[in-house]
Amino acid sequence: MSVSVGTTDPVHEQGHGGAVETGKGNMRVTVENLTVRIASSKVVIVNDVSIEVAAGEILGIVGESGSGKTTLGLAMIGHTRRGLEISHGAIRLDGRDLTSLPARKMTGLYGSAMTYVPQDPGTALNPARRIGSQLREILTVHGVSKREADERIREILGEVGLDGVRHVLSAYPHQLSGGQQQRVAIAMAFACRPGLIVMDEPTTGLDVTTQRTVLNTVRSLCSKYGVAAIYVSHDVAVVAELADQVAVVYAGKIVERGPAARVFGSPEHPYTRGLLRAVPSAERRTRLRAMPGVRPELGDPSPGCAFAPRCSISESRCHHVSPVLVAVPAGSDGSHSARCLVAPGVGTREAMALDLRVLDAVDDQHEEADSTVVLQVSNLSAHYGTKKVLHDINLSIGKNECLALVGESGSGKTTLSRCLVGLHRGWSGEVRLSDEEITPGVSQRSRDALQRMQYVFQNPYASLNPRRTVGGLLLQPLEHFTKLGRRERNQRVVSTLDAVSLPRTYLAKYPDELSGGERQRVAIARALVVQPQVLVCDEVTSALDVSVQASVIEMLRDLQLDQELSILFITHNLPLVRSIAQHVAVMSDGRIIEQGGTDSVLDNPQAVYTQQLMEHLPSFEDPVRSVGLG
Amino acid sequence: MLLQRVPLGIVTIWIVTMIVFAATQLLPGNAALAVLGKNATPERLAALEKQMGLDQSPVAQYWHWFSGLLQGDPGRSLVNQQTISSLTGPQVLNSAALVVTAGILGTLIGVAVGLVAAVLRDSPLDHALAATALAILSLPEFVIAIFVTVLFSTNVFHWFPAVSALPPGARPWDHVSMLVLPTIVLVIVIAPYVFRMMRAATVEALESEYGEMAGLKGLTKRQVLLRHALPNAVAPTVQAIGLNLLYLAGGIVVVESVYNYPGVGQALYQAILNKDVPTIQFLVTLLAAFYVIVNIITDVLALMATPRRRLQR
Ligand SMILES: Nc1ncnc2c1ncn2[C@@H]1O[C@H](COP(=O)(O)OP(=O)(O)O)[C@@H](O)[C@H]1O
Ligand code: SF4
Ligand SMILES: [Mg+2]
Repeated sequence: MSVSVGTTDPVHEQGHGGAVETGKGNMRVTVENLTVRIASSKVVIVNDVSIEVAAGEILGIVGESGSGKTTLGLAMIGHTRRGLEISHGAIRLDGRDLTSLPARKMTGLYGSAMTYVPQDPGTALNPARRIGSQLREILTVHGVSKREADERIREILGEVGLDGVRHVLSAYPHQLSGGQQQRVAIAMAFACRPGLIVMDEPTTGLDVTTQRTVLNTVRSLCSKYGVAAIYVSHDVAVVAELADQVAVVYAGKIVERGPAARVFGSPEHPYTRGLLRAVPSAERRTRLRAMPGVRPELGDPSPGCAFAPRCSISESRCHHVSPVLVAVPAGSDGSHSARCLVAPGVGTREAMALDLRVLDAVDDQHEEADSTVVLQVSNLSAHYGTKKVLHDINLSIGKNECLALVGESGSGKTTLSRCLVGLHRGWSGEVRLSDEEITPGVSQRSRDALQRMQYVFQNPYASLNPRRTVGGLLLQPLEHFTKLGRRERNQRVVSTLDAVSLPRTYLAKYPDELSGGERQRVAIARALVVQPQVLVCDEVTSALDVSVQASVIEMLRDLQLDQELSILFITHNLPLVRSIAQHVAVMSDGRIIEQGGTDSVLDNPQAVYTQQLMEHLPSFEDPVRSVGLG
Repeated sequence: MLLQRVPLGIVTIWIVTMIVFAATQLLPGNAALAVLGKNATPERLAALEKQMGLDQSPVAQYWHWFSGLLQGDPGRSLVNQQTISSLTGPQVLNSAALVVTAGILGTLIGVAVGLVAAVLRDSPLDHALAATALAILSLPEFVIAIFVTVLFSTNVFHWFPAVSALPPGARPWDHVSMLVLPTIVLVIVIAPYVFRMMRAATVEALESEYGEMAGLKGLTKRQVLLRHALPNAVAPTVQAIGLNLLYLAGGIVVVESVYNYPGVGQALYQAILNKDVPTIQFLVTLLAAFYVIVNIITDVLALMATPRRRLQR
């Protein structure tokens, strides 16, 4: 299934003082029938996974949150989180089975023969110790001398691009940026020249530019040192670009695997296809297709295919026969396989091809919509204390229009939205909401002005009062902003719930009974219930899975059309901008550096900064969309 | 931080001296009356009041007392006209010996047992330790003192004296056997607090992502504990130890009276019985200063152990 491109690096052969016996580099990792479960309840989290990675090769593991990616990634180095156990299967590192090694032997392998890069280095680096001592430690515990360790650290810091950062070794983790912390974690993982590295979402939460550097670093180090790498991510675009081989995980099982170009170029499993349709493209404006339904609960005892309840091509046998991984196309060499009873059949390939072509461009019927300006921002400058954070912002949003405000973290996007909705008072300039001038603080604003502009926060978990039902949450703003009678209020609540596609039974539920996507819908409904003219959405999908994101985005698109809503859509995600916004403003260091129609800005960026953003996007020119199933 | 805390602490102590002074002004009678007793003639009373400065305004009296305090002269006792420092000095020293010994032992035991429980978390031993700590925390000191006395002195083993009345002028370390029981009681009282905080903080660090990560770097369990968990458990534990020392300053009054140990508690008790106002004022101010200083020291130590709070980005 794989081609080894590993090279023997001279560094491997020397300087480990014999502390590590495993030959490193050119290592092959084979996982057979690996099953991980919760020790107490025996509920299975990773189910019968078999997979192989060769030296110098990157295996991408993709799946949505809760699918078991992290558990699988950790299990591949023989580790389980507290409360979990490997109940079955073998992990062979150059033929040796890790599951049968004593703990002492494993300790010797960790950090030297195999290493782990955590998702969030902010919490995985020890806050009480300096970076230098944490880096040096991974070498010295494996018998590398202090002098040699220092030399190796100098070298690796150069390789991860941290050599220019002053005092990085004497800094504490909190003194570094997220990108720098992640590079420290990567430096640590590569320091001992391991044979196997597992990386768990190492670029989630990083800016595209930093993500680009980190991905390049990972790729070059893997091939330079012949490392077998496992890259776990929910980000299809990143995996498509980085990985040689891909495994798609759903409900703890691999549902499709093969070379990245095949899996993403001609996906066979309905789940993989659903995932790809939900991913927005930076190149073309498309409608995003959400998959119906939700993933099964852990330990769901239903027989048959786990994806059946959500599958558009399921047949009756899917509900009682469990599919196994079979080669696709049928009868091929098995380098590409899918766990589906139906898809690998010949007849359905035609049906699915048609299905894919329906993937459509958004009909831009309202692009030339009416040009009445609803929100006009002129020369807005904002400061925190004496520090000026926004400089002369000028923006306008028309009726029915979605204006995207893009920029990397810290560029001032959230500050601007907080100024607009009145949560931050330290600003000057002029803001007009359909010809009424708006004051900085909430307390001086007319009730009417407040009602006409509503705000949806980034984090749906923090923004909903956990002690109120959905119905109560939606009634609250109505009572505050309107004088509607009781019946009208209830009617309004119900129709808003319909608008965000939540069933009416949800009125009695509490936020913690809802999934992330449902909570975000409730948060949006709470903003919409008072029928605002402008909705300010701050990174409303960044905490959601792509398929859930797709449904929220499409819902916003429909609302914009049906309810004459103007949206200020704040995001760092350029493909999303392409999908939903008619206009875009690019922000950097508190200034708008470029704005205009979405297509013209993204296709032909003028500012150097915008050009860089576009260049640094993982280039997921989705083959499905461009060539169909050729 | 230190620069803010120290002036704040000084202001706190200063306010305490004012409150203490004001409170003693509210007591019925005055110092001259206390010295002369009930049979004092008005003439003698007036003469003594004048001699003691009691005829001056309260502000002037306060200022006289406070400036003396600043120069290290807390004045004279009303009882026998000795200076207060020579009168209470030995008792303060006795209490300090008890607090320091019990503080160090209690802390060491709490930290060590806490570490063991954290490593063996959820084992039967851990559960037993947790239950014991909780039981001890729910008992008042005097009950513990009675248990300890019954066990080690009067009924079961007859190892140590049940009364720790050091002879006047004797130093506590010359009579170690008398120190043992009060120390044991105080150790039993404080160790559970330290234990619980140490266990909680260590478990949190061990189960944190960086704790897990340290294992995946190839550190042994022991190395993870000592190099990664311990540095993060220091700050919360130091806070707990600080609280304990403060608590000791109060708890010691009970224990000293149970064992008739001549310490600050007893000195204060005597002073109150004698209506010895200057001595009361001095001892209360001393305790307040102890509170403030311990607070500052623990805050600073905890801060030093928490780079995230100490250093800017
Ligand atoms: N230590 C654990 N104990 C019990 N359940 C766990 C534990 N770790 C993970 N799980 C459960 O296993 C499932 C998969 O988790 P995880 O591997 O973290 O998925 P992913 O990384 O794909 O988001 C989730 O439902 C999660 O709640
Ligand atoms: S086995 Fe059936 S239900 Fe499962 S993915 Fe294939 S077609 Fe859909
Ligand atoms: Mg994960």
